[in-house]
Amino acid sequence: MPISSADLVARLKKGDLRAASRLMSRAESNDDETLSSLGAIYRAAGRAHIVGLTGVPGSGKSTLVSKLVETIRKDGRRVGVIAIDPSSPFSGGAILGDRIRMTNLVMDEGVFIRSMATRGSTGGLARSALTAVDILDTVGFDVIIIETVGVGQDEVEIAKASHSTLVVSAPGLGDDVQAIKAGILEIADIHVVSKCDRSDSNRTITDLKIMLAMGVNIAIKDRGGKPLWQVPVVGTSSETGEGIDTLIATLDRHRDVHRTTELGEERLRNIAEYRTFKTAEDLLRSQFYKSTNKRIQDVVEQIARRELDPFTASNDLLKKIAF
Amino acid sequence: MSLPIRVLLAKVGLDGHDRGVKVVARTLRDAGMDVIYTGLHRTPEEVVNAAVQEDVDILGVSLLSGAHMTICPKIMRLLKDKDAEDTIVVVGGVVPDEDVIPLRDMGVKELLLQDTTPKEIVARLEKLVQERGPR
Ligand SMILES: Nc1nc2c(ncn2[C@@H]2O[C@H](COP(=O)(O)OP(=O)(O)OP(=O)(O)O)[C@@H](O)[C@H]2O)c(=O)[nH]1
Ligand SMILES: [Mg+2]
Repeated sequence: MPISSADLVARLKKGDLRAASRLMSRAESNDDETLSSLGAIYRAAGRAHIVGLTGVPGSGKSTLVSKLVETIRKDGRRVGVIAIDPSSPFSGGAILGDRIRMTNLVMDEGVFIRSMATRGSTGGLARSALTAVDILDTVGFDVIIIETVGVGQDEVEIAKASHSTLVVSAPGLGDDVQAIKAGILEIADIHVVSKCDRSDSNRTITDLKIMLAMGVNIAIKDRGGKPLWQVPVVGTSSETGEGIDTLIATLDRHRDVHRTTELGEERLRNIAEYRTFKTAEDLLRSQFYKSTNKRIQDVVEQIARRELDPFTASNDLLKKIAF
Repeated sequence: MSLPIRVLLAKVGLDGHDRGVKVVARTLRDAGMDVIYTGLHRTPEEVVNAAVQEDVDILGVSLLSGAHMTICPKIMRLLKDKDAEDTIVVVGGVVPDEDVIPLRDMGVKELLLQDTTPKEIVARLEKLVQERGPR
């Protein structure tokens, strides 16, 4: 008999890491017991500083995460990492390779790394990734970093569903600043230019600063009209360690602004709304497939012969979802 | 809709080849599994820590160096210590005939030797997870 999710939650609240990793796997099922356990975890969480980190493939995200974690650990804070990699559109399977850049962290009890694949359905990834964050938060991690590849709407939205979003750009990946091309310039609370040991990194930094000066980020102002946060550009090198301390100090400063001003209040409301929509979408989708699979088979023939149309048919099917 | 099988592939010991493991990784991905690869020269402790955090169904240990009779018992013991003995351990690589029974006795569920075809690997892993049942 598998252990009940409720028992796992009790163990989680006592700091049991094995319970944490098992619950992350359970979190993807939709039975009532699991859902109510996830609810309990959500309500217990809320202490940790959640950092979303995104950027185009190969920009140095995982190597940077590894450096960041190693350095944050020095002041005793415990750090969790959720590393999300794309899955194959053909088989749905995935090779999750971020962890290979973080091997220096694996023997540290104060670090927990979980790899995840972007699955087919949209609601699903947001739900499992952000639930994993809640689980790490509840079990006692102080900082939780979510790494996603900054292509694809889901991945970008997940990086945004955090308290502080880092967008990583790197020199040497083409002429333009990749964040602009990928359309992720606007979501950054902090821009990072990685690989600053390379001589061409200065240009990337300058380009980014010019873009920011042109006002892509609309600064949120306090009641006196003073911007609550100006988006900085921080250069880092995971090879030399340059800029890592500055980046952590900047992150901590952003966390404090987030926690003490309306910037954070608004952000938390947006995240709550996003999560509720995504969870509902995910539940709806799975209920729809469960209760519709057979019925669709009954009507496809008719639709194929154009005696019936997909619009009328889906409308009918939606009305018949069994909850 | 069942969740994909999660597999951690680890290269333990001194030998520096991982072409074989990478081929297996791709085969498993193409069969719809999630594969976490941890890189070369891992210690049993590192492998088990990663397997526990990732809550994998299967831990695949690849060994060419002939050290499996010292490494495998260590891995089995560490899994037990970490309350993760329901992890299915399979060994790949080169294993002499006389070690097969001792390895199975210590709880290694399957040996995937170099002549095992990709299709067979997938089938055997799927079967092992099915036999284990939900957890
Ligand atoms: N010179 C230099 N190279 C770096 C630095 N950081 C990462 N790299 C190299 O950049 C490549 C990509 O690094 P990753 O950390 O895997 O990048 P990533 O953004 O996580 O990649 P994906 O997860 O595949 O999107 C590797 O070959 C690293 O060795 C750095 O600070 N300086
Ligand atoms: Mg990465």
